[in-house]
Amino acid sequence: MPTYQFKVNGESRTVDVSEDMPLLWVLRDHLDLAGTKYGCGIALCGSCTVHLDGIAVRSCALTMSMVEGKSITTIEGLSKDGSHPVQEAWKEIDVPQCGYCQAGQIMTASAFLEKNPNPNAEEIKEAMDGNICRCASYSRIFKAVELASTKMA
Amino acid sequence: MTTKDTTITFSRRAFMRTSSLAGGGLIIGFNLFQACKPKAAAPIDLASLNYNDFNAFIKIADNGAVTIFSPNPEIGQGVKTSMPMIIAEELDVAWSNVHVEQGILDTHNYTRQVAGGSQSIRFGWEPLRQTGATARQMLVNAAAARWGVDPSECTTNEGVITNAAGESLGYGEVVKEAAAMEVPDNVKLKAIKDFKIIGKDAANVDIDEIITGKPLFGSDYKTPGMVYASVMRPPAFGQKLESFDDTETRSVPGVIDVLKFGEKIAVLANDTWTAMKAKELLKATWKADTTLESTEDHDTILLGLLDGNKFETLRADGNVKKAFAEADKILERTYESPFLPHNCLEPMNFYADVTEEKVHLAGPIQTPERTAMMIAEMLDRDMNQVHLEMTRMGGGFGRRLYGDFAMEAAEISNLARKPIKVIFSREDDMADGIYRPAIKYRIKAAIKDGKVTGYHLKEAAINSNMYGLIPNFFPAGAIENYQVDVAKYNSNITTGAWRAPYTNFLAFAEQSFFDELAETLETDKVQLRLDLLQNVKGSKDDRIQYSPERMEKVIKMAVDKSGWGKQPEGVFQGFVNYYCHNSHVAEVANVVVEDGTPVVKKITCVVDCGIVVNPLGAMNQAEGGVIDGVGHAMFGDFAFKDGEPQAKNFDKYRLIRMSEAPEVDVHFMKNEFSPTGLGEPTLPPAGGAIANAMKAATGKRLYKQPFTKYPELMSVPQKEIIG
Ligand code: FES
Ligand code: FES
Repeated sequence: MPTYQFKVNGESRTVDVSEDMPLLWVLRDHLDLAGTKYGCGIALCGSCTVHLDGIAVRSCALTMSMVEGKSITTIEGLSKDGSHPVQEAWKEIDVPQCGYCQAGQIMTASAFLEKNPNPNAEEIKEAMDGNICRCASYSRIFKAVELASTKMA
Repeated sequence: MTTKDTTITFSRRAFMRTSSLAGGGLIIGFNLFQACKPKAAAPIDLASLNYNDFNAFIKIADNGAVTIFSPNPEIGQGVKTSMPMIIAEELDVAWSNVHVEQGILDTHNYTRQVAGGSQSIRFGWEPLRQTGATARQMLVNAAAARWGVDPSECTTNEGVITNAAGESLGYGEVVKEAAAMEVPDNVKLKAIKDFKIIGKDAANVDIDEIITGKPLFGSDYKTPGMVYASVMRPPAFGQKLESFDDTETRSVPGVIDVLKFGEKIAVLANDTWTAMKAKELLKATWKADTTLESTEDHDTILLGLLDGNKFETLRADGNVKKAFAEADKILERTYESPFLPHNCLEPMNFYADVTEEKVHLAGPIQTPERTAMMIAEMLDRDMNQVHLEMTRMGGGFGRRLYGDFAMEAAEISNLARKPIKVIFSREDDMADGIYRPAIKYRIKAAIKDGKVTGYHLKEAAINSNMYGLIPNFFPAGAIENYQVDVAKYNSNITTGAWRAPYTNFLAFAEQSFFDELAETLETDKVQLRLDLLQNVKGSKDDRIQYSPERMEKVIKMAVDKSGWGKQPEGVFQGFVNYYCHNSHVAEVANVVVEDGTPVVKKITCVVDCGIVVNPLGAMNQAEGGVIDGVGHAMFGDFAFKDGEPQAKNFDKYRLIRMSEAPEVDVHFMKNEFSPTGLGEPTLPPAGGAIANAMKAATGKRLYKQPFTKYPELMSVPQKEIIG
């Protein structure tokens, strides 16, 4: 099996996996970074969102050849101690219900706010529309993104 | 454990036990869910109990720190936070000093818990208060003994006991003595007005772990040497496995084994991806064993049942036949719903390690006791060999009441003699579900002299009908001649509970019907409901489940908060009031027309669920329930063709997303009633509220869900927009 080298949360890692294995499963099963979640496997729910060189991507749709040499950030590496402004906003608003979607929501929101620190309501909804929350905690996700934007601006 | 089937009134001694901890501190063990069952069997031989016989604990350390080990399965309804809050309130400690932990990790006996039916708080309320109050009293008694004063002279506040002379002792200072005390009976509960924790916002106790991505869920569970199992099940309901060829599957690097069990084939591999991918390479042939059913067949069959006369009558008041014979006017309408998958965002999964000596199970399950028992039976093991560890659940919605996936895990591990985890792909999860059954309702009302004199509801459902109490919900008791009849068709498609079973669609049917009834009677839509409720006041019928007084209050508050009838031009409203899961709810939907299409902008929701333990969590639940109800009424469609589900992932199955979610404005009724269900009751009214508002906007009435399947009914004629 081919080996791939890339950076995860600032650390250089080498993995030896089949070439068609999506990054999602490399993270979860081979690197024990289970914070990134599986929800659909076809890039439609956003549970598996991570940052690739700072851009939010669906790790279920990325093969390792696309990741080789790149830098990946997962929820575990977003901050050392949950102190990223988006995480703090999530905590302040008490967003989660079951919590399963939330890592993906936070990763989408943090990459979005990095690019657009002062979004309007429509922009927030558009940015977050790819992330399903089955528990429908949408009102709070929205409020938390708004709050995080005031912390980041 | 010795148990006796006797009904007990509340005796602390029957379910609590205290002892001092080796490392210092006091531990109080109690059986939460046993105590919570209204007619619980009590363990009678307390002396023979050891700490493995309890499933919940309060630990008070020497330094006064309080840890509450909550035994409760957390599916997202927040009970892991709210149940310990109730204990802490009566214990009279500061919530910020309380630490909550999942409580079964060090017991090798399985425990008795269930999450479902919005009942955790309802059944837990009294026992949890009693538990906290009893612990508090023991600490007070210990302090009083040390001071040589009467316990009644002592007061407590935030973990500190004070006597009449003004001397104080922290809880931690008296834990040793308290541990040796008798468990007191007849302790006094706080007055509701003195609550300091209940009714105040408390954040989810797992919030830090969730936002930093800690492995909390079943799908994150992992042990050394564990392998992953992906299971191929019959693609269509009604099929059986004929033969299969696994040559290609076995040639995939990382595949460990391929095992046939029953009508299924498990592929075992070193990681999830390999297991899932290699499963796709299996060449299996299936043959029809029973009928391969399609949605069109179900439609014909269910409508046939409604037209027929093979019903079971669940409630009959007066004489509906006579009422219809004498009516001036009759309104009759039929409402239709599809099957629905649960689509928990975390697909089903379970861990099992079956060895000669023991069966270790772990994963997300709403019914751990029943599941452990079924597995013990299946493997022919003694119950005390079975240990089930509960993990956090990525959603439940009823799906995780069923232990099918845990049984599979145990069966595969038993065959392979390896620790394994069964993992469902989204496709497996959606196509191998236990669905909300398709249901049709026909409702008929008799009108005489401008009054509703008869009401006849017929249900035709797949596999099972509404359960016992539902025929006693509103409008039972409000209409003199009232009848509920049910009929069912037994299908080979598996069906079961789905968030707010039956009422999740029945509310839409009945509340759409009332709306149309008001139009027929040319009366105000809210007034019709209020008038009907008048007839129930003072009723001696103890089968009636709802309270007309509480319902009336909820309706009036919803009128007020939503600005009912006072909207600017272009805003159309729909009204619904409903009772289910012991809570009363009213919802008002606001719809506007954008580009000829009605769009739901806002839903005002008023809930009477008694005392709200944790408003912050309750609000999240209530909002989520409303949006979930809107989403499934609008988009949820799930059809079968020749036994095979036509949607298997989110490309074909649409779940509501942020941009489609209306603003939700929730108000809780303030009162001193004991808490009732909240995980479910805000969902059922949502579909009816938006359908009624859409009717106001478009002039067209929706009778079938999901609404988006009928675009012609979801549009406003062009000339009306221009005009
Ligand atoms: S798992 Fe990647 S988008 Fe759903
Ligand atoms: S919190 Fe459950 S899926 Fe979002």
